[in-house]
Amino acid sequence: MAIAALALAGCAGTGGGGGATTGIVTVSSNEPENPLIPANTNEVGGGLILNNIMSGLVYYNADGSVELDDAASIESDDNQNWTITLRDGLKFSDGTPVTAESYVKAWQWGASDPENLNQWWFGYAIPFAGFSDDGGDDTLALNVVDDKTFTVELAQPQADFSLALGYTVFFPLPDSFYDDPAAFGESPIGNGPYKVAEDGWIHDESITLEPNPEYTGPRTAQNGGVKMVFYATQEAAYADLLSDNLDIIQQVPSNALGTYKDDLGDRAVDQPAAIFQSFTMQGELPHFGYDEEGTLRRAAISHAINREEITDVIFQGTRTPATDFTSPVIDGYSTDIEGADVLTYDPEKAVELWNEANAISPWDGQFGLAYNADGGHQEWVDATVNSIKNVLGIDAVGVPYPDFAGLRTEVNNSTITSAFRTGWQFDYPGMYNILGALYLSGSGSNDAHYDNPDYDALIAQGAQAGSVDEANDYFHQAEALLFRDLPAIPLWYGAVNAGYSTAVDNVQYGWDSWPILYKVTKEG
Amino acid sequence: MTAYILRRLLQALPVFIGSTFLIYAMVFAIPGDPILRMFGDRTPTDATLAALQAKYHLDQPFLVRYLLYMGDVFRGDLGTTFQGQSVNEILMRTFPNTLRLAILAVAIDLVVGVTVGLVAGLRKGKIFDNVTLLIGLVLISMPVFVLAFVAQWFFGIQLGIFRATVGPGAPWGDLILPAIVLAALNFAFTMRLTRASVIETNAQDFVRMAYGKGLRSERVVPVHILRNSLIPVTTNIAANFGILIVGATVTEGIFNVPGVGNELFKAINRHDSPEVVSIVTVLVIIYVLVNLGIDLLYGVLDPRIRYVKK
Amino acid sequence: MSRSDAPAAPAPAAERFVADFTGDELGAVDEVRVSEKRSNLWLDAWRDLRGRWMFWASAAMILFIVFVALFPTAFTQVPPNDGCILSVQNQTQADELGVPIGTKISDHGPLPGHPLGFTKQGCDVFSRIVHGTSTSLSVGIIVSIMVAVIGIVIGAFAGFFGGWLDSVLMRFGDIVFAIPYVLAAVVVMSMFLHDRNIWVISLAIGAFSWPSTARILRSEVLRVKNSDFVMASTALGLSRVRTMLAHVLPNSIAPVIVVTTIGLAGAITAEATLSFLGVGLPNNIFMSWGNDISAAQTSLRTNPAALIYPSIALSLTVLAFIVMGEAVRDALDPRARASR
Repeated sequence: MAIAALALAGCAGTGGGGGATTGIVTVSSNEPENPLIPANTNEVGGGLILNNIMSGLVYYNADGSVELDDAASIESDDNQNWTITLRDGLKFSDGTPVTAESYVKAWQWGASDPENLNQWWFGYAIPFAGFSDDGGDDTLALNVVDDKTFTVELAQPQADFSLALGYTVFFPLPDSFYDDPAAFGESPIGNGPYKVAEDGWIHDESITLEPNPEYTGPRTAQNGGVKMVFYATQEAAYADLLSDNLDIIQQVPSNALGTYKDDLGDRAVDQPAAIFQSFTMQGELPHFGYDEEGTLRRAAISHAINREEITDVIFQGTRTPATDFTSPVIDGYSTDIEGADVLTYDPEKAVELWNEANAISPWDGQFGLAYNADGGHQEWVDATVNSIKNVLGIDAVGVPYPDFAGLRTEVNNSTITSAFRTGWQFDYPGMYNILGALYLSGSGSNDAHYDNPDYDALIAQGAQAGSVDEANDYFHQAEALLFRDLPAIPLWYGAVNAGYSTAVDNVQYGWDSWPILYKVTKEG
Repeated sequence: MTAYILRRLLQALPVFIGSTFLIYAMVFAIPGDPILRMFGDRTPTDATLAALQAKYHLDQPFLVRYLLYMGDVFRGDLGTTFQGQSVNEILMRTFPNTLRLAILAVAIDLVVGVTVGLVAGLRKGKIFDNVTLLIGLVLISMPVFVLAFVAQWFFGIQLGIFRATVGPGAPWGDLILPAIVLAALNFAFTMRLTRASVIETNAQDFVRMAYGKGLRSERVVPVHILRNSLIPVTTNIAANFGILIVGATVTEGIFNVPGVGNELFKAINRHDSPEVVSIVTVLVIIYVLVNLGIDLLYGVLDPRIRYVKK
Repeated sequence: MSRSDAPAAPAPAAERFVADFTGDELGAVDEVRVSEKRSNLWLDAWRDLRGRWMFWASAAMILFIVFVALFPTAFTQVPPNDGCILSVQNQTQADELGVPIGTKISDHGPLPGHPLGFTKQGCDVFSRIVHGTSTSLSVGIIVSIMVAVIGIVIGAFAGFFGGWLDSVLMRFGDIVFAIPYVLAAVVVMSMFLHDRNIWVISLAIGAFSWPSTARILRSEVLRVKNSDFVMASTALGLSRVRTMLAHVLPNSIAPVIVVTTIGLAGAITAEATLSFLGVGLPNNIFMSWGNDISAAQTSLRTNPAALIYPSIALSLTVLAFIVMGEAVRDALDPRARASR
């Protein structure tokens, strides 16, 4: 079965206004943290570059819907064995053709070595048949049929397989990559709408991309090129935007959230993003186990948080209070899942539940909420613990960890002694991306140590369902279980709070929070 | 004199080894696995965790890691970061920018601070003295990030005199505003020290004598007072030269200077031992040289201090 | 002929070289008076200090600040950290504050009983400043004392004894000084993650900043130790250590006092900067001016009051200590005293 949206002809490229312009668009970004190799790029700085210099089988529209890019079709009868056919005339920017083998070899390479940061994708995000944690050559059950066709066998059916194929890790690689992956990481060659300009990457300063003349897909560049300028802080980028040294920023700094709409007028952007914010309590946390007392306390805590007020005051109304475990830009997002009323602010109910729990086992001590202090979380954490403190009358504090590594290590080793902030940025716009990763029993990223066979069964049924809609039904039932047990307390959804200068037009931000650069127009 | 300089340079070697060891130990002491940080809220598989820990020698005991690093260093290779970038290249790229920023800041600090301090000291208790004390006080009681934000907003965005952040290639002109911010932090120190020194020197017999001889203050002030007041001031500025390089972390971040302070802060957050140790060690070498220069300068400023071999 | 007429001069008189010890005017000049009142540098300084209004004014100010730090509840009954609300939710809160339900309290201006308004989290600014005094003051004082003591000891020994001791101590100082305070803070605050307190943060700030004090003292010692009075004291047979303590150190210490009093301000703001970088004290367990200034920077453009008031508290404290330092410095310097 082919996903309906994918059956559309892969030619939806709608250029802006009066066609192509020649100006070079400058956009704020970060120095990539890893070599620019699809299997090794898992952060936004490198991801934005790869997304513009490479193309996958599909790409995402601003609203998260999927369009074919390199693929002519992605088909399956059973959601387990997939046949992928490529379009004609695909070329890398060095002139070599993009073939079925370009994809197959790239995926095999990505799965071959546990040193690759994204290796887990081939076994966990998408369960490829043959995947091994320890890697190895050509382990995945991929088969090249001819130059333009290859088949994929999954370990189990997955309805939203094609939805995931737009993610960085599934981009193809030219033959020259295998000669010297390290050199490739410094000057990558891709098949996307742009290519890295000669000597375009000045480390810690900027990277300049120019339109790729070999690109024939739907995402044709409407400008003369893109220069990503690396900023150490959002404040610096914002200052440059205000003084017209920069065209597009990706995120307004928190100290300008209250004023940026006045500063930028109709060039200010405020839209939901595929980011789910929550905090998590491990099942081992005293008083918060997955038993009667723990469930009462988790619900009481959830009722004690005034999400409306915090998003309104602390985030200046730029965040949306959570109503489920996904995000408004994800297909399947819902506001009326059974049990979702546990997210409403209800001081009386909170106190009542808390006292019921106290009858089982009296509360002592302090409620702590840990966060990494290098991520700008202090304000909402303080507001959240204040809300809990005011409602329940208990001592509640934020616990800052100096850096992210320190926090994650304690979470990973289960040595953390408080609740801790968690967030999820979707890799592809599907519910399974979060529900399958965070709450399945035994899943590596299941920080809550949630273990519920009913939930696992529903997720498995959803993954194997015949259509995305059918799958989402199962996922909604699974979410109802999450609302009952609250392995994590949903807070709100992230947002794109950004803006652009007077020099550019047709600026849109995608579901993944990235500006859609090829559409931007700028007079030269 | 030459022997003294040689001896001092020889001392740089134990300093180099001592500091690399100390700093390596400090980075090692930061709890938390840097590999986990790379995966955000996801948890890598055990195989990936093990493979990456082996790749970066994180599975080795401390001493082995230190010796591996030092082995590379003596081959002229400062190692690679988690990003796969050569630390040598990072240093070559970032140090010149920071150095220029620091020189500019020291120059501003020296010119403004010493001048103001001198005048304040000569007119002790007068209105100028008190007003500058107050200004210095306001500057020193403002944390650097507040000062930097205010300066950037006012001079960079509102008035548009300077570029709000440092542009590509970090030209000198763009560095002036962050340099002023950095200098302002130290201004109070320089000014108060100069003032205190000037007051003290002013009361010395040789100054009274100079006036007594009938010399005019145009000659007494620069030749007798200033020269003899500069010792603590130079020491302090030299000491601050180092602070300016690393302590510029916040300022560099706000003004987006592609410098060492910024790079170091990122490296610390990544627990990137080779990078942190390399950056800081180069700093140590710079201190050793700057301090040597300052000690030699003492001799020029105060003829009674002589470096002779006993 | 006259010769024969001349009376024979008394022989003993001719052998007198010195004038007769007749009067006592000259004797008074030569007499070495041993005063009962021992005169020493510190006593002289104290006598001098007593007469300075600057000293008394700053002392009063410092005493007041210390009093606030010790007894914050004498100044405000509003808790600094409890009952902070972002907006008014119910009638009880509305009655308490005298504003209608729904009013945004976050970053709100002054209300009756809340003279300086509210922080972004809706806490009382005045109360947080009052309760933050003890943290900020403690950090400032602990760091200053730590830095001054280590710096003076090391600087004095290095400067006075010179030679290999000088080299070892100063090179050690170079190493320590090269360690960026950000790294030091991350290491120290991470190692004591679950018991962070004012001692830990003082250690993070102070343990690596003594070298500059040491170098300043050393340079002064180098200057002073060649002075005539030091040579004289050595010539008189005073031991090297006593010479250093009694003569060199007191005469070298003036710049250190100036640097230390300013350093106290630096320590208080360093605490703020560490908060800004995320390696400070947890802000809702420890009230501190630095934490408040850091937290208020996101409201810099909408509610500057939350930033300005703690800054003023910080400035006044710093002013008091700097003026005190200045007065003590003047009092310690006999020449500056004479020229007054």
